Amino acid sequence: MKKIYDTASSALDGVLQDGMLIAAGGFGLCGIPELLLQAIKDAGTKDLTFASNNAGVDDFGIGILLQTRQVKKMISSYVGENAEFMRQYLSGELELEFNPQGTLAERMRAGGCGIPGFYTKTGVGTVIAEGKEHKDFDGETYILERGIFADLSIVKAWKADETGNLVFRKTARNFNPPAAMCGKVCVAEVEEIVPLGSLDPDSIHLPGIYVHRLIQGTHEKRIEQRTVRKKETA
Amino acid sequence: MPWDRNQMAARAAEELEDGMYVNLGIGIPTLVANYVGDKDITLQSENGMLGMGPFPLEGEEDADLINAGKQTITELRRTSYFDSAQSFGMIRGGKIAAAILGAMEVAENGDLANWMIPGKLVKGMGGAMDLVAGVGRVIVVMDHTNKHGDSKLLTECTLPLTGQGVVDRIITNLGVLDVVDGGLKIVETAEGVTEAELRDATEATIV
Repeated sequence: MKKIYDTASSALDGVLQDGMLIAAGGFGLCGIPELLLQAIKDAGTKDLTFASNNAGVDDFGIGILLQTRQVKKMISSYVGENAEFMRQYLSGELELEFNPQGTLAERMRAGGCGIPGFYTKTGVGTVIAEGKEHKDFDGETYILERGIFADLSIVKAWKADETGNLVFRKTARNFNPPAAMCGKVCVAEVEEIVPLGSLDPDSIHLPGIYVHRLIQGTHEKRIEQRTVRKKETA
Repeated sequence: MPWDRNQMAARAAEELEDGMYVNLGIGIPTLVANYVGDKDITLQSENGMLGMGPFPLEGEEDADLINAGKQTITELRRTSYFDSAQSFGMIRGGKIAAAILGAMEVAENGDLANWMIPGKLVKGMGGAMDLVAGVGRVIVVMDHTNKHGDSKLLTECTLPLTGQGVVDRIITNLGVLDVVDGGLKIVETAEGVTEAELRDATEATIV
């Protein structure tokens, strides 16, 4: 089966549906599937729920889908730096489910591993625990969190081969592997598709079994907070 | 004289021991890295990195290399990268020895509030709930009082909690306190601050 598509739009052809749940990789603006998000904007798919650690900024990342009102609900751990998000949330147009960051990552991982729920200490005694099953193990209290089973995963990697084996770069890996794992269909965008056999099999970060469709493209890779230090003068 | 931000960070650095894997929060905790001296400390960034280096030189920023505060950083020779599920696996699994973080309120039973103020813009808890529930030791570094002069060390937190009974030690501009049975115990006071002054500035029970 051929996994490589020419464009982000063609890679999403037939998999987008109004009201679907999409798991997206990325942390802040780092390692986000920017080309696929743009293609979803172009497709005009509506009432989307995104499981994504963040919601982008006003004009980049998931933010571009907030501007076009294509998002119904976000499942995220941190949604600062986005004025349009706050406006829609405060006016009741947008639903928001806060998940602790590690709980969100594990919900994706669990979903991808066929695990519908798991117990965690994170959030016990906080608003996060309200309405969730509590259970004691060895004298400690845990809450039940559910695995995420997404309709679609969209992720960004550094390199891929034509079978969809993925290699990520530095901290741009972040949520991409767990997000990729939890979707019925996973579309990955990469900076470079390399010839079969040129990736070291021992250094594959995500095996191609999780990746169904693949595109290569040019990424803006915007930096959210540019912090530098001065060169020390000898 | 109460401690300033850098003195608080320097005091917090004394909590760290050779060989520790540590997570530092945003604000004063970030400054702790400047005071670890010769100790062999590996910093975790919860987006998926162990062995966090300093900010890059101008022109060497890399969009693929950021910390949990989304700032550009650098790698070290010891650095390793991993995904967010594994990152929080090591946090939840108790592999990170300590987290040093800021707070809005700490209660005498170790309850911590540092993620939301009702009625104000809520940005989210990020990884804070996972960290305080999972790491070996939680050290809070914060001013002793808020901008109105009210104690941030309380009998009970008034703000929504980040974690229940999770704080081990509190380092403020006035001194160092431990969470013990029955309340907070003064470990030391900042140079020039008397125990009476620290007690007067504290609403929580001091035992």
